[in-house]
Amino acid sequence: MKQRFLSFKKNKYMKDLELYEKLATGQTPKFMVIACADSRVCPSSVLGFQPGEAFVVRNVANMVPPYENGPTETNAALEFAVNSLKVENILVIGHSRCGGIRALMSMHDDVEPSGLIGSWVSVGMNARVKTKAATHLLNFDQQCKHCEKESVNCSLVNLLSYPWVEEKVRNGELNIHGGYYDFVDCSFEKWTLYKENNLRDESGKVAVKDRAFWF
Amino acid sequence: MSSSSRHAGMGNLSQEEAIEGLNKLLIHNDKDEQLNKEVETKIEKLISELLGTTPHDCHPVKRILGGFQSFKTNKFDVYPELFGELAEHQTPKFLVFACCDSRVSPSNILDFQPGEAFVFRNIANLVPPFNQLRYSGVGAAIEYAVVHLKYVENILVIGHSRCGGIDRLMELPEDGSTDNDFIDDWVQIGLPAKAKVKAEFGHLPLDEQKRECEKEAVNLSLTNLQTYPYVRERMAKKALALRGGYYDFVKGCFELWEVKSIITPPIHS
Repeated sequence: MKQRFLSFKKNKYMKDLELYEKLATGQTPKFMVIACADSRVCPSSVLGFQPGEAFVVRNVANMVPPYENGPTETNAALEFAVNSLKVENILVIGHSRCGGIRALMSMHDDVEPSGLIGSWVSVGMNARVKTKAATHLLNFDQQCKHCEKESVNCSLVNLLSYPWVEEKVRNGELNIHGGYYDFVDCSFEKWTLYKENNLRDESGKVAVKDRAFWF
Repeated sequence: MSSSSRHAGMGNLSQEEAIEGLNKLLIHNDKDEQLNKEVETKIEKLISELLGTTPHDCHPVKRILGGFQSFKTNKFDVYPELFGELAEHQTPKFLVFACCDSRVSPSNILDFQPGEAFVFRNIANLVPPFNQLRYSGVGAAIEYAVVHLKYVENILVIGHSRCGGIDRLMELPEDGSTDNDFIDDWVQIGLPAKAKVKAEFGHLPLDEQKRECEKEAVNLSLTNLQTYPYVRERMAKKALALRGGYYDFVKGCFELWEVKSIITPPIHS
């Protein structure tokens, strides 16, 4: 651990002292990133975020629970990022072979989720329902992959359930994006969410724009 | 590039010409996107340098793309065997709790490579005590890392300087009133750490109390970790070590300590 930190200090901190001194006085990240805790998908590694750029929440299966679920660690961080730090972009990143999504897809219907993993991933229940409906002819692995992306969409929609998020998106102060990192073939898909019609209109459909695929 | 040496010699007019010329190059590049992304990124960086803006001011999507391209070129494609293996399964030896703060990514400051550490980040790197009804997010991460991943041998909780979450904890109104929906509910997990700091260091200025609380909150999280049955079980088998860390980015230093429990020999009267 000592070697690792000293290497960081020598190769990064001391080489960019001015940046680090400025950061020490305050952070003004433009991004909030919600990513999975999986050891293979650190946003700093995969997307090259440098110190000061991104306020990062990492939880199991990169989930955002809806406002009505009440307090969680994820929405406490969301509130801080949006209202105090005033980030301009929220990016929710899903990924391939996600253990949390696999656990969600493996749950039995009509049985209460067991353990803390089960309780947490049930936040993604809508994604599971949509996936099962759309992919019943595919094998389990393919269904999980579909759910990994569907769950990102579910989280993006849940972001809009927070009044202070919805307001900022409506005013154009905040953009919300979805991303999917596939580490099997090293590709990254991204898209931006917006609501058709007026956001005040509850029945306005949520749609996707600016979809891109990088490999 | 010749345009930047022109700028050094001739003043503002050539700077505009240089930017215009570079912008024209970008327009041509747009037509052949796939091949010239790297060139595009370099040109954009040059333009922003000429404009006096930092690279961080560029369009967010371009920023994300640039980061991913760099990762793919400099890491993924360079170590295909490692990433091929990681695609099949992850065997991290570390479970790390760190703050969401943009300045304290564990991959950055402790150089964790892909596959090494299962990382959970929340406000003020707090771990609440085991509770089957609340805080299932943190519990799910611990359960997954310790029970399902099996290879985790170390849990590390990292606190840091100038933590906004700890700031809020120390400034929580005494009457329990709140002006936010969720932040106060979360940070009050750290109340026992605040109480300890007030008792021992209440005579110090508030800023110094906050620094003490940043470290005390790490200790509180380490204590709370031991209320999770699967953590206790692995610790009893000596298969899991718990450590606390504190990254001070003002001074540029890192402290590390370990949880050890000792059972003394019988005490005779």
